[in-house]
Amino acid sequence: MLHIVACIKQVPDTKIIKMNPKTNTMDRSSAPAILNPYDSHAVEEAVRLRSRYGGVVSVLTMGPPPAVKAIKKCIEIGADEGYMITDRAFAGADTLATSYALTKALQKIADIRPIDLIVCGKMTIDGDTGQVGPGIARRLDMPPLTSVNKVAEINREEGYAIVHRKLEDGYEVIRSTLPCLLSVEKDINEVPYSSLPNMLRAARYQPIIWSVADLGEIDKTQLGLKGSPTIVSSVWAPQKPQGGKLLEGSYDEQIRQLLDVVLTRKELFEAQAGAGGGAS
Amino acid sequence: MPEKFDAIVVGAGPAGIACAFELAKAGVNVLLIERGEYPGSKNVMGGVLYRKMMEEIIPDFHKEAPLERPIVEQRFMMMDKTSAVTFSYKGLEWAQEPFNNFTVLRAKFDQWFAAKAVEKGALLINETVVLECIVENGKVVGVRTDRPDGEIRADVVVLADGVNSLLAKSLGFHKEFRPDEVALATMEVLKLDKKIIEDRFNLEEGQGCTIELFGDATKGILGTGFLYTNKDTLSIGVGTLLSGLIKHKIKPYELMEYVKTHPMIRPYIQGAEPQEYLAHLIPEGGYNSIPKVAGAGVLVVGDAAQLVNAIHREGSNMAMTSGRIAAETIVAAREREDFSEASLDDYRKRLMGSFVGQDMKKYKDSTHHFDKFPQYFEKYIPMVNRAASQMLTVDGSSKWEKQKKIWRDIGPAKQKFKIARDLFRAWRVMK
Repeated sequence: MLHIVACIKQVPDTKIIKMNPKTNTMDRSSAPAILNPYDSHAVEEAVRLRSRYGGVVSVLTMGPPPAVKAIKKCIEIGADEGYMITDRAFAGADTLATSYALTKALQKIADIRPIDLIVCGKMTIDGDTGQVGPGIARRLDMPPLTSVNKVAEINREEGYAIVHRKLEDGYEVIRSTLPCLLSVEKDINEVPYSSLPNMLRAARYQPIIWSVADLGEIDKTQLGLKGSPTIVSSVWAPQKPQGGKLLEGSYDEQIRQLLDVVLTRKELFEAQAGAGGGAS
Repeated sequence: MPEKFDAIVVGAGPAGIACAFELAKAGVNVLLIERGEYPGSKNVMGGVLYRKMMEEIIPDFHKEAPLERPIVEQRFMMMDKTSAVTFSYKGLEWAQEPFNNFTVLRAKFDQWFAAKAVEKGALLINETVVLECIVENGKVVGVRTDRPDGEIRADVVVLADGVNSLLAKSLGFHKEFRPDEVALATMEVLKLDKKIIEDRFNLEEGQGCTIELFGDATKGILGTGFLYTNKDTLSIGVGTLLSGLIKHKIKPYELMEYVKTHPMIRPYIQGAEPQEYLAHLIPEGGYNSIPKVAGAGVLVVGDAAQLVNAIHREGSNMAMTSGRIAAETIVAAREREDFSEASLDDYRKRLMGSFVGQDMKKYKDSTHHFDKFPQYFEKYIPMVNRAASQMLTVDGSSKWEKQKKIWRDIGPAKQKFKIARDLFRAWRVMK
C-alpha cells in the first residue's frame, strides 16, 4: 500500500507579522500561527495521490506543542495520521539540524509502515530557504525533486514516479525511482474547502507525539542549536521606500505628469547612455 | 450517513459556549460550530464581563481567565459640547474577591472560554457556516453547513448565532428586525502604556475603570458611548439605534471620530494608537422584541433571542445565563426523551422567571420611550450642564440670582410642566 508522508511546519503568518525594530527579528506574538501555505499544497497533493492510487497519508512536523494545531489542519485537508516530534533539545535548529531530526522521525515512521514518497512544500514562509526537503532526501539517500508542479504518475509496483519540475522557461519531465522526495510549488493544486466529516475528525484527532528519547539511537550533538552550524551575523528588515508622489487625474494626465518627471531627470539618460556604451 | 450528536450549538459567543460547556459537563455529546477563524474572532462587545453569571458556570474563573482589569470605578458622564456633568462610584470592595465585574477583550476571552468547553468534552469546529436547520415533520433534526458533505444531525439544535439570527428567522421565529430594534455599535481598541492608563484614570496598579458617555457623545441621538480601561489598551466606542443614524444621516465612523475628538474625551486617549476597529449590531428592542425561543428540537439563546438590557449595558451575562438554562433544559428533556416544543418550552418559562426575563420585562418600554421622546438626550443633558456651570461659576452674583437664572433657563411654565411630565414618564418606564 502506497505510503506518503508530508513534512509540514507551523509558521507565523508573515503577511501580518511585525518586526522588532531593535533586534530586527520577527515578533512571533504579533501574528497567528498557521500551517505553512506551501505545505498545505504538499498535503493536498498527497491526499490526491491517495485518491488516485489508494494508500495512507501521514504528516510529520517538528515544533513546540501548540504545533498540534498545524497537524489538525492537515487532518482537515484529509491526512490519515499525524506525527509530531517535540523536545527542548530540538530548539534553535537550523535547516541542517532540522533535516537530521526529521530524518530520524521518518526512519521511525518507516519502521511502522515503509515510506514510498515524501512530499514537502517548496519552502517555509518564515525561513524561505527550501533546504530542509533536499536535506532529508540526502540523508535518506533518496532523489530530491524540487519545484514540482505536477505528479504525472506514481507506480509503486515498478518503483518509479514521473513528475513535472517548474523551470523559468517551461517545465521538465523527470522519471525517478521510488522512494523519492518531492518539494512542491503552490500551483500544483488548489486546496479545497475541507469537508465536514474531515473537520469533525480533525477536531477529535490526537497526533502521535515523540520526544528525543522516542527516536532511538540519535546523535545529540546534531540536534537543535548545538547541531546548527549556521551563523546569523546580522538581520535587517527591508526598508520601506520613503517619500514619492501620488499622481492623480485621468490616465492621460497621469502619463503626461509621469513623462514630465522622467524627461526632466537628466541623470537617468546619462546613466543609460553610459551603460549602453560599455556594453557595445 | 451524516454523523449524529446529542446536541448542536451554533455560534461560539458567551451564550453558545456557556451552553456547550454545561452540556458537555453533563456528559451530553455536543458539537459547537463557529463561523469565525476561532471563537471570539468575530465577536464584539464594549468589554464588561459580569463576575456573577460567569462564576455560575466556571467558579473561580478569574484566577485563570484572560481578564483585563477588575473594575473599581464606574463613571457616568452627561456630556454637552464643551462640558460634562459626571457621576461616579468608586469602591475598593470591587478591587478584591469576589469582584464585581471585569473588562475583557473578547478575542482572547472567548477563545479561553471555548477551550474550557472543549476540555469538558465539547467538540468545536471553526470556519464553518451553518446555512440552515434541517426540518423534518415540523421538527428540527440537524443543520446544514457550507462544507462538502455538510449535513449533521442532532436531537436538539441551539441557535446562538447572534443578533439578526438568520436561522431563527428562517424558522419563522421572528421577522427581520426593524432599525429601531437594533443598535449599531462601533469601537476601537487603542494601545496605551499601562502606567499612563493608571495615571490618567486615577487607578492603582491593575485596577480598572469604566466611563459611560451620554448626550453629546452620540450628538443627542439615542445611544451611549463608552471608554473602558484594559491592561495596556483602551476600548472606546459608541452605539446608537440604527433608526437614529438613519434619521440624522450620520455614518457610524463619523460618530466614532466625533467621540474620539470630543474635548471631554480627547485628553484620555491622547497618544493612544489604534490597534483594532470593530463594529457590530446590538439587539436593543427589549422585551417586546424577544422572538419565539423554543420549538420542536430547537432553542434560541443570547443575542439571537434579543436578550440585552440596553439601559444597564448588560448582554453577555444574560447570554451566558440563557445558555446555561438552555443546557439544563436539554439535560432534563433527554431524561424524558422528549424534545418536543412542549417539553423544550420549559426553557422559556425558566428564562422568564430568571433575572434575565425579569430585567427584560422591567425595562420593556425604555428604548422605545427614549427613542420616541428625544428631548432627554437632546435638551435635558445640555440643560443640566448649563445649570452646573451656572451654579459653580463664581462671578460675583449671588446664589439666589443663580438659581433664578437656572430656573429661567428651563423655560416658561409650560416647558417646566413638560419636563416634570417627562421625568415622571422616565421614572415610570424605568421603575
